[in-house]
Amino acid sequence: MSHSELASAPAPPSIWHMYRAMVGVGVFCGLLIVSVFQVTLPRIERNKAEALQKAIFHVLPNASTSTTYYFDEEVGFKLLEGDDVGEPLVYAGYDDAQQLVGLAIEAQGMGYQDVIALIYGYSFAEEAIIGIQVLESKETPGLGDKIETDPDFLANFESLDVSVRGDGSALANPVVPVKNGEKTKPWEVDGITGATISSVAIANLLDRSAQYWVPRIRRKLSDFQGQE
Amino acid sequence: MASSKSSTDEFIKGLWNENPVFVQVLGMCPVLAVSNTAMNALAMGLATAFVLIMSNIVVSSLRSFIPKQVRIATYILIIATFVTVVDYVIQAVSLDLYKALGAFISLIVVNCLILGRAEAFASKNTVVRSTLDGLGMGIGFAFALFCLGAVREILGNGSLFGAPLFHDSFQKWVVMILPSGGFFTLAGWLLLFNWLKQRKAKREAATTLGLRKEVA
Amino acid sequence: MVDDSLWTIFINASLVNNFVLAYFLGICPFLGVSSKLETASRMGAAVTFVMLVSSVCAFGIQALLVAIDAPYLKLIAFIAVIASTVQLVEMFIKKVSPALFRSLGIFLPLITTNCAILGLALFQTNKGYSFVQCIVYALGAGAGFTLALVLMAGLREKLELADVPDVTKGTAMALMIAGLLSVTFMGFGGLGG
Repeated sequence: MSHSELASAPAPPSIWHMYRAMVGVGVFCGLLIVSVFQVTLPRIERNKAEALQKAIFHVLPNASTSTTYYFDEEVGFKLLEGDDVGEPLVYAGYDDAQQLVGLAIEAQGMGYQDVIALIYGYSFAEEAIIGIQVLESKETPGLGDKIETDPDFLANFESLDVSVRGDGSALANPVVPVKNGEKTKPWEVDGITGATISSVAIANLLDRSAQYWVPRIRRKLSDFQGQE
Repeated sequence: MASSKSSTDEFIKGLWNENPVFVQVLGMCPVLAVSNTAMNALAMGLATAFVLIMSNIVVSSLRSFIPKQVRIATYILIIATFVTVVDYVIQAVSLDLYKALGAFISLIVVNCLILGRAEAFASKNTVVRSTLDGLGMGIGFAFALFCLGAVREILGNGSLFGAPLFHDSFQKWVVMILPSGGFFTLAGWLLLFNWLKQRKAKREAATTLGLRKEVA
Repeated sequence: MVDDSLWTIFINASLVNNFVLAYFLGICPFLGVSSKLETASRMGAAVTFVMLVSSVCAFGIQALLVAIDAPYLKLIAFIAVIASTVQLVEMFIKKVSPALFRSLGIFLPLITTNCAILGLALFQTNKGYSFVQCIVYALGAGAGFTLALVLMAGLREKLELADVPDVTKGTAMALMIAGLLSVTFMGFGGLGG
């Protein structure tokens, strides 16, 4: 390097300058993120709770209040209180007379494009699924997304039989998908023409979920009576 | 690169001449992914604009404070911060919108447009100029996104902002809402842009030729 | 906890929900590096590697953030990890194959801003995949990305010699091809159960 080049080269910043910049910016960013997080947190929790409540009351039409239970294989269903955490969760719905109307249960499974998440309402009295609401779906718009809007398809779930066998170990009849127009039994799901895979997916994921939950619910029925 | 442009020029260039989407072709990923309805596209565009303006302001104010060697890392830190902020604000304002935009809000952080402006402009200009630059580019970006979203929603769903435009018998061109539609629509807009540019260049060439003939 | 089979995850990430053609991630390198077949395949390999490493790190970071209850640091932590990984890969390639390093040029450091990698980290966190599922997901995504890039490069190399209207030359043509490729890939829907 020639002497003039050396003279005109700018002095490299000291390590201190670099640390100062990174740490200073880091602190500023950290403060900003944490404050925004704290400020928005209550609002976000409220939004989520509202959305969940709306879904629960949509699938349990006669319910006006709800409580949350978590399930433990050994103990059974326990009421979730205060700051308790537990998994998996089911939501109990009560009518105006504080009578237990049914349970809202979340389920998910693979659809045509991606995972479908829904919540369904189970009625003790009818031993059937009485409503579903799709929570998340990325099915093809205009085709697969009919599972959310097609009235004939949704009518499947006004009273979908999920009663248990005599010994209570499994469903008497699994929920099965059938081709559009061929539904004869109350545990069959009439598919949507043009959205076969999406409707089959819904039937299958409901079957899987019901096969798991309904026998357990019926076995531990006493865990739910009234409000504790 | 100190500019001799007026303040209005700094703002306007982002809208048309140097439009981030149609001219610079930067920040494509969210452009195609979230522009399936006009509402989503607009929300995404405005969120990106917000991050762009804020990060331009901060980078510009700190430009003498940040040494060259650590500049990219610091810029990314600043941009990621504002994206996180936007993420939580959208969640608080509307859970439905948040579900529609999904992970793409977080992906604003890798939008080459924002890092590009921070590096090319905000680090070398005053806060006022940088704000204008961010404002112009941001609005230009949101505008381009809106163009895409509107076309896709009108053709693919027969509606605009959810309000149906056509009679029920309108056959929805579903492919427009699908990813392929995004590619086709953007290609269409770019074609239009290119054609307009070519026409302008031809006209300018013809005028210069005409002037030369007169002088000669 | 998702009980998708590993095969389903791989097919889904590489074909059905191809990161480039269905999720629109990684468009910049897709449009920028897809003019030559050789560069495209090498870029794909580099991206797959970065995806694998980032996926593993993202899994660890997510577990850590849950443990210390600081979910708001997720984005910053992910992007820091990705930037570092790319830096390491860059140094590695420079040592091992300077020719490849030169041919990839500016696009190597640009992998940092490749939305596909950050997208991968965010998606796998949202889906709650286990460690093994994450690895398969990253491999699938990388394979899909490489596939899309290679297909695009092959088509564009042929197009160089074709007679197309001036107005469409360049990005507009590339986008139309991408659109057609995307429609083709839709045919994979429903594959893998």
